[in-house]
Amino acid sequence: MEPLSWADILGRIFVQFTPVWIALVVVFAASIWFKRNLGLYGKLFDSTIGMIGFALVMFWVFTGIFGAMDMVVTHDALNQISVMKNKAPGTPVMGAGEDVYPYYLLGGDNLARDVFSRMVKGAWVVVQIAPLATLFAFMVGITLGLPAGFYGGRLDTLLSFLANLILAFPVILLFYLLVTPEIIATGIPNYMATCLFVFPLIFVAILLNSRYHTQPALRTPLLIGVLGVLGWLYLSLISEVGSKVQVIPGFLDLFDVPGGILVVFVSVVFVNSPTVFRIVRGLTMDIKTRDYVAAAQTRGEGPWYIMLWEILPNARGPLIVDFCLRIGYTTILLGTLGFFGLGLPPESPDWGTTINDGRRLLSIYLHPAIVPALSLLSLVLGLNLLADGLREESLKD
Amino acid sequence: MGLFILRRLWVMILTALALTYIVFFLTNLYPNLEKLAKSQGNFRMTDAQVETYLGNRGYLQSTPLKYAQWLGVAPGWVITGTDGETRARCAAPGAAAETATTFCGILQGNWGFSTVFKDGVGSIVATRLALTGKLMFWVMVLMVPSALLLGVLAGMREGTRTDRALSTVAITTTATPEYVSGVILIAVFSSSAVGLKWFKGTATSAMENATFENFFLPVLTIALYGMGYIARMTRASMAEVMTAQYIRTARLKGVSFPNIVMKHALRNALIAPFTVIMLQFPWLLNGVVIVETLFNYKGFGWTLVQAAGNNDIELLLGVSVVSVFVVLVTQLISDIGYVYLNPRISVS
Amino acid sequence: MKQVGCTPYARETQEMKDIYDGPILEIDVLSISFFTRLREIPAVMDFSVKVMPGEAVGLVGESGCGKSTVALGVMQDLGKNGRITGGTIKFKGRDLGQMSVEELRKIRGSEIAMIYQEPMASLNPAMKIGKQLMEVPMIHQGASEKEAYDRALQVVTDVKLPDPKRILDAYPHQLSGGQQQRIVIAMALMSEPALLILDEPTTALDVTVEASIVDLVKDLGRKYGTSMLFISHNLGLVLETCDRLCVMYSGEAVERGSIADVFDEMQHPYTQALFRSIPLPGADKNSRPLVAIPGNFPLPHERPPGCNFGPRCDYFEAGRCDQGTIRMRPVKGNDRHETRCLRFEEIDWNAPLAAAITKDKGMIGDVVLKMEDLKKYYEVSANALFGKSGETKVVKANETLSFEARESETLAIVGESGCGKSTFAKVLMGLETATAGQILLDNRNIESTPIERRDTKTIADVQMVFQNPFDTLNPSMTVGRQIIRALEIFGIGKTEADRRERMLQLLDLVKLPRAFADRMPRQLSGGQKQRVGIARAFAGDARIVVADEPVSALDVSVQAAVTDLLMEIQREKKTTLLFISHDLSIVRYLSDRVMVMYLGHVVELGTTDQVFSPPYHPYTEALLSAVPIADTRVKKKHIVLEGDIPSAMNPPPGCPFQTRCRWKSQVPGKLCETEVPPVRRMADGHQIKCHLSDAKFAEMEPVIEIAAE
Repeated sequence: MEPLSWADILGRIFVQFTPVWIALVVVFAASIWFKRNLGLYGKLFDSTIGMIGFALVMFWVFTGIFGAMDMVVTHDALNQISVMKNKAPGTPVMGAGEDVYPYYLLGGDNLARDVFSRMVKGAWVVVQIAPLATLFAFMVGITLGLPAGFYGGRLDTLLSFLANLILAFPVILLFYLLVTPEIIATGIPNYMATCLFVFPLIFVAILLNSRYHTQPALRTPLLIGVLGVLGWLYLSLISEVGSKVQVIPGFLDLFDVPGGILVVFVSVVFVNSPTVFRIVRGLTMDIKTRDYVAAAQTRGEGPWYIMLWEILPNARGPLIVDFCLRIGYTTILLGTLGFFGLGLPPESPDWGTTINDGRRLLSIYLHPAIVPALSLLSLVLGLNLLADGLREESLKD
Repeated sequence: MGLFILRRLWVMILTALALTYIVFFLTNLYPNLEKLAKSQGNFRMTDAQVETYLGNRGYLQSTPLKYAQWLGVAPGWVITGTDGETRARCAAPGAAAETATTFCGILQGNWGFSTVFKDGVGSIVATRLALTGKLMFWVMVLMVPSALLLGVLAGMREGTRTDRALSTVAITTTATPEYVSGVILIAVFSSSAVGLKWFKGTATSAMENATFENFFLPVLTIALYGMGYIARMTRASMAEVMTAQYIRTARLKGVSFPNIVMKHALRNALIAPFTVIMLQFPWLLNGVVIVETLFNYKGFGWTLVQAAGNNDIELLLGVSVVSVFVVLVTQLISDIGYVYLNPRISVS
Repeated sequence: MKQVGCTPYARETQEMKDIYDGPILEIDVLSISFFTRLREIPAVMDFSVKVMPGEAVGLVGESGCGKSTVALGVMQDLGKNGRITGGTIKFKGRDLGQMSVEELRKIRGSEIAMIYQEPMASLNPAMKIGKQLMEVPMIHQGASEKEAYDRALQVVTDVKLPDPKRILDAYPHQLSGGQQQRIVIAMALMSEPALLILDEPTTALDVTVEASIVDLVKDLGRKYGTSMLFISHNLGLVLETCDRLCVMYSGEAVERGSIADVFDEMQHPYTQALFRSIPLPGADKNSRPLVAIPGNFPLPHERPPGCNFGPRCDYFEAGRCDQGTIRMRPVKGNDRHETRCLRFEEIDWNAPLAAAITKDKGMIGDVVLKMEDLKKYYEVSANALFGKSGETKVVKANETLSFEARESETLAIVGESGCGKSTFAKVLMGLETATAGQILLDNRNIESTPIERRDTKTIADVQMVFQNPFDTLNPSMTVGRQIIRALEIFGIGKTEADRRERMLQLLDLVKLPRAFADRMPRQLSGGQKQRVGIARAFAGDARIVVADEPVSALDVSVQAAVTDLLMEIQREKKTTLLFISHDLSIVRYLSDRVMVMYLGHVVELGTTDQVFSPPYHPYTEALLSAVPIADTRVKKKHIVLEGDIPSAMNPPPGCPFQTRCRWKSQVPGKLCETEVPPVRRMADGHQIKCHLSDAKFAEMEPVIEIAAE
């Protein structure tokens, strides 16, 4: 068989992505149709920049999801076909059976794996970890930033000092210190996870209690129910058979997070939260001078109700924008970790690790490193454009 | 002003102590020490042997005590080991324990000994820092003026085509981390397969003799990422200033557009980015580590990777002290500079 | 006056300035629109005005009527989205719209200058005052630095700023608001413009400072022979400053003429309605209540056909007023008096107000709230930015406050910024605790009980209505939800349905349609938001309501409606109303008793009649004189206070008012500078904090007199 020309390669890649295109078209058509009823999200579709960003982001999200369902990929991401080592894009797979896709669309890497499939699988790693880690970072930052900004004084001084402490720590050094097998063996990441992941629980508990404390009949069952479910999830997340933190028996443990992933997750949350803390603190200090906050105070609302129901909803604009930017930043951090071979297993298809693998032979074989590099670039660019579009549209009214 | 700086210095020292303690604690965790013992002694040591090895060398004291000794505020240990030999922390390698001084720590200028480079940590850090200093100098020379120019040009007429174009450039560069832009730049400019072959893909030779050819790519790689960020800050700040009432005042008293930008808007617009540039440092350090690894430039960042990767505890501590110190000093400079730029804040 | 410019160009413009003697500004059928992505929004339509040399023309209207757009149109500075869609603006006979950018630049600042609403925002914060002033002659007359500096020094002296050299060397933030506004005025006068546009120049300032600025503008206008276009929402201010005025409504001029014609022989229903809705002396909440204009200001893209004011007009005639375009028509017999009303000749303008319902005066009941020697001191660090240690200063925000308030009574608390009225409200609400003294609510001490420790009943009893309507409601919660939340907190209603029903009743109480329950605050107008704020305050049947300037941020026609609503609820619920305000007109209209505060001290306390007639505290006297009154029959004594209000951080020794008092020389010795005056009991319940002797008090003349009709 002849190698494919570039036009053929692009054509075939396009076909491989069919489910992604369909999903994108459906989302866009529905969103544009209903955009007047969708608030800020709907307004996004008035801004070209925002739409481009949203399209890029959703492209990778769908790619990740469908990739995880083995729909877009052409080969197994870990499968090595030795003749395909470092082969150029479009090389046909020699001696492949009927059920094997006949080409390495974007070539093979130096372990003879399919670059295209690894790129698609890599998207899933990012799409899973980055938004979730950012969300946790926001929970931590919000739960601590609100009281710091609201009360001020000593509490603020202490928390700000701690935040600045983490911010002054060179990120890379922190990663090198935290994300090593030795440290994982001591269980420190598990303890940190135990501390950091408890914040969403605290957050939800206070949120509901401050809102419904005037109606105990509703509040108590609601809190027990919600906290029960969240608590179970929390315990499943932190507890791990065989690690230092094993608090619930294995049969109750819903899911297992590999130690490597957990430590990556924890470090990323840890690094991101101080910045979120500072943003939330600043916004809180600004909003707490508004009259509606004073009105809540004069009717005797508790401080947490004011923080979570009067201040936080009105800080949402800047926070949503920062959330998008921060997912991008987290993606970059994850790539950095992969680039230094920290945390994730060496055969992991995530983009950072793949770039690191590919860069060694960069002067001879470009494609193994360039493909994940461009993927990461386009996703982060999409998130940045999305954030820009959101900012522009939210400022308009 | 003096009081302000004093207070900032006090916070700075407190931060430095806290951070170095954390690093000290993490590097001195038992698994790390075990690894150290095995790599220094031999890899087939039993657990009991590891314990004696570490005990004889003072590693099993409590962490705060070891930290104090490392700092030089507590007397260095002198231990007569289970093997009958007397060792002292402060004794020079090979010298007898009796000749050792009482205190030897950072404060006495004793930074320890690198197990990887077989050299004093102080001298390693100094030479590597000088190399990175050279790199950073050129990064700043390239990054700051171009970022400010980009930001001001984009921000002075918000929403125009120039603005859109320049903003897109800025966003793209912020979305490109060093390990991506580095890879792309190497591929385009220096790859032997398809590239333009203008520059060299490695900067090893630039350590002795930096030329445009071997040094431009690493400098550009670091500068690009930071540049987009500063440019966007400047643009946002500039755009906000241009909508301010006092700019309208200036316009309506007949000041020409170039003069509005230069005389009225610029100083106000640069207050925010200035802080950003300074706070960029801890972040640039990231880039330095990546780029030095990518281009094989054996500077400070490269040393950090070597120290961390090989569990070289003393070197890693030394590197951490220096990087924390650099970050804190830039923060101090940023605070002081802010006060000078912004007349609304007066320090009496 | 010293001649500055001596370059050829300067002489040339100087000559040009002298030769022309037609109208300075001539706006002819001007239309301005703003273009958004969705639609074109006409902001100004068919607008004409003429300003003759030396004449001051007022432009009056409520917010959103397009008056500021006209000003920006004259400056040709409408931004990206604004465009002149019709008509011409001629300056000294030359069409500004036809000029090149360069020609415009030469005119701006040298021949037309503008003064803005926010003095702080319109000065460059990072540039010294002197440099900002010197720029003007350096650009326009090509003056040297030395000449420019001399000129700046002279103009700064002209605007009566103390120590001009120091001021020129200062940054804007180092000056007070009043001083900043003087600098903005100085900047506008640097090159002796032919036309000065003032856009609400005193709105951000305190009343007494406003009075002195207005005085200054009038003097300088006369001295330099400048024509003025004075934009304001305040009819009283226009009466004091202008020769002619133009009333605008929803993008159109509705009436135009000389001050005397428009004020005394108004020929447009809107002008009439406007005058009826502002509290003039003689109005009374019980016997002669204000008449609010019904309905709302139309949004620019929802203007009705025909007369814009039609839907809200008492004289509306269907089939006539809602057809076609209505033009300005001259009023016969008056000089250049025109109106945009089809029916003005048919309307009997002198008909008395259609029998206003005289309401019974609410019976004033027992004492519910009593303050005794209340003191509130704050400790602040001397250095706000970097200080935590170091010396601290004590700010005396409230100094020995004593008064009592009764059921169904309205007690007005009057004062300018820094007088301590907000602090007092905070202490009463329990957001702060008192330093000394006591607050008795139904004979229970609450001065040291912070709000967290107050029981629900006490909290529900004392509630507050806030000043800024745009800030008083949580923007991300529906109106109904916010009221229901208050009900939940006050423990009213057993079920969600109960509370919802009660919330709807509260909406009825404040005369809002029930459908508003599901609206978000941003869908409401300022007045409607303020009504929701009132409903929320009354959710727990409050017995004492502190209203902190509840109407000062609203347009005049809305003010009347909201004020009347408050009065009506008060009558019905027998509420004690503590009405905090700086606006003496409205205070006179609605309050039973008045308390005047200055820098934390109560300087005068008495019934409304006692406070508004002599003997006055010297500060009350100045305050009364400073308030502009939109009535040509009123004769006011002219008292202008020197200087600004001292900072509460750094109050003068002795009497707090001694730095600005015009009676100080009448007190022997250095009493005023050394001792805080005693509280003097005058007539029944009337008290004044002053050193003046009884004889001097007896000499005082009334500040406001209404000429006999």
